[in-house]
Amino acid sequence: MRTILHSDCNGFYASVESLLHPELRGKPLAVAGDAENRHGIILAKNEEAKKFFVKTGEAIWQAKNKCPELVVIEPHFDQYMRFSKLAKGIYAEYTDRVESFGLDEAWLDVTGNGQRGYEIAKEINARVKEELGITVSIGVSFNKIFAKLGSDYKKPDAITKIDFDGEDGFKNKVWPLPCGDLLYVGKATEKKLHTMGIYTIGDIALTSPEILKSNLGKWGEILHTFANGMDSSPVAQFDKHPDVKSIGNSTTTPRDLKDYSDVKMIVQILSDSVARRMRELGFKAGVVTITVRDNQLFSFTRQGQLNPFSNHTRDIRNKALELFRKNYNFKKPIRSLGVSVSKLVADSVPCQLSFFQDCDRDIKEENLDRTLDSLKNRFGNYVVRPAFLIKDKKLSLLNPKDDHIIHPVGFF
Amino acid sequence: MKEYVSVTAKFDQDGSLLPLIINWEDGRKFEIDKITDIRFASSLKSGGAGVRYTCQILNHTRYLYLEGNRWFIEK
Repeated sequence: MRTILHSDCNGFYASVESLLHPELRGKPLAVAGDAENRHGIILAKNEEAKKFFVKTGEAIWQAKNKCPELVVIEPHFDQYMRFSKLAKGIYAEYTDRVESFGLDEAWLDVTGNGQRGYEIAKEINARVKEELGITVSIGVSFNKIFAKLGSDYKKPDAITKIDFDGEDGFKNKVWPLPCGDLLYVGKATEKKLHTMGIYTIGDIALTSPEILKSNLGKWGEILHTFANGMDSSPVAQFDKHPDVKSIGNSTTTPRDLKDYSDVKMIVQILSDSVARRMRELGFKAGVVTITVRDNQLFSFTRQGQLNPFSNHTRDIRNKALELFRKNYNFKKPIRSLGVSVSKLVADSVPCQLSFFQDCDRDIKEENLDRTLDSLKNRFGNYVVRPAFLIKDKKLSLLNPKDDHIIHPVGFF
Repeated sequence: MKEYVSVTAKFDQDGSLLPLIINWEDGRKFEIDKITDIRFASSLKSGGAGVRYTCQILNHTRYLYLEGNRWFIEK
């Protein structure tokens, strides 16, 4: 049986901020985006703010209503990345199998260390506190799913063991928990499970996988294996980047988008960022997806194929705009937009050319992209831009590629 | 509080870095008599984390931190 730890830095952004600002310690504190540019939502909060029921994801004004003396500060991502790296350095002293899950969470496979999982967890917990001045909760179990559940079981600054059997066995500890606590049971899935009369993780485990599958699709089977402790996914090797499945950028714009020319500007910026990241990583994409959210917060996504595969800014932008034109009528102004690409292949993969394709133009486009990339890398993102972006500087002074250096990740 | 200070330090052949003198802003210089411990540590008092040198200076024990490439002391 494996021994797997999941370490979760408690209220990570807020903990780092309270370490760096001793004068704010003990006060309710939240880290939030820039309200001026309408990114004013709570990203993280400390324990004191939690007592006032301040929640991640709500608007600053909502949080201030609950807690008028809340101190709100802007995020400092460079510091969070520094502390994340330091924490991972500590983990790496115990095993070479350290798999990050975002900035503040990681799995460690310490199987090779014998049965000392709990002792290692205690040591890591103490060292992070001493060396970084922040606290971690650690789950110790025999698979990744229960290890993660363990780190959520008791917070902050705690260690929870979930064994296969015995007093700390998963049937005692995990099965009575509400099904929403299981990784990948979101609100929608939870609702569906409730209509099936399933309320706890134990209920999921004891329902036949066929019934779960017929209601939830392939996720039903996966959740069934999770709930029964049969997850066997390995912990990735330290520094071995998981395979990239998609690359995307989205933004809540500084003002609502009223017409097509506004949208064109934002799509150009997002597509350029996505295409540049794709070129840096050496990929071509076969599918473009757009996400549109209107000012009533209704949102939808649409995707289309790229043929042939491409990583040119022009191709991504044109496909995104085509999808947008086909699917939106501007009955309502737009609050946020996203462009992403998937079905990625290495850019060295040969591709089938078509008789009717203008290859000279493609080569020119490639040279142009390469030249613009190197100019932007040397002189900054704003050194060369399409002229139509100058029309509205507030809207177009957006740099998704470099401003949002932390990109979310998925388990699968 | 975090007080950044100017430090005179020495690099050894093996790459290890040892602080020798803390240069105070008003011109005073404090020679470090002995370093008793070197480890990575956070400073809750001054709000930072880095390599912590436990220094003996004029019979007092003081922590001197190297965070990135800046030195600071707790005040």
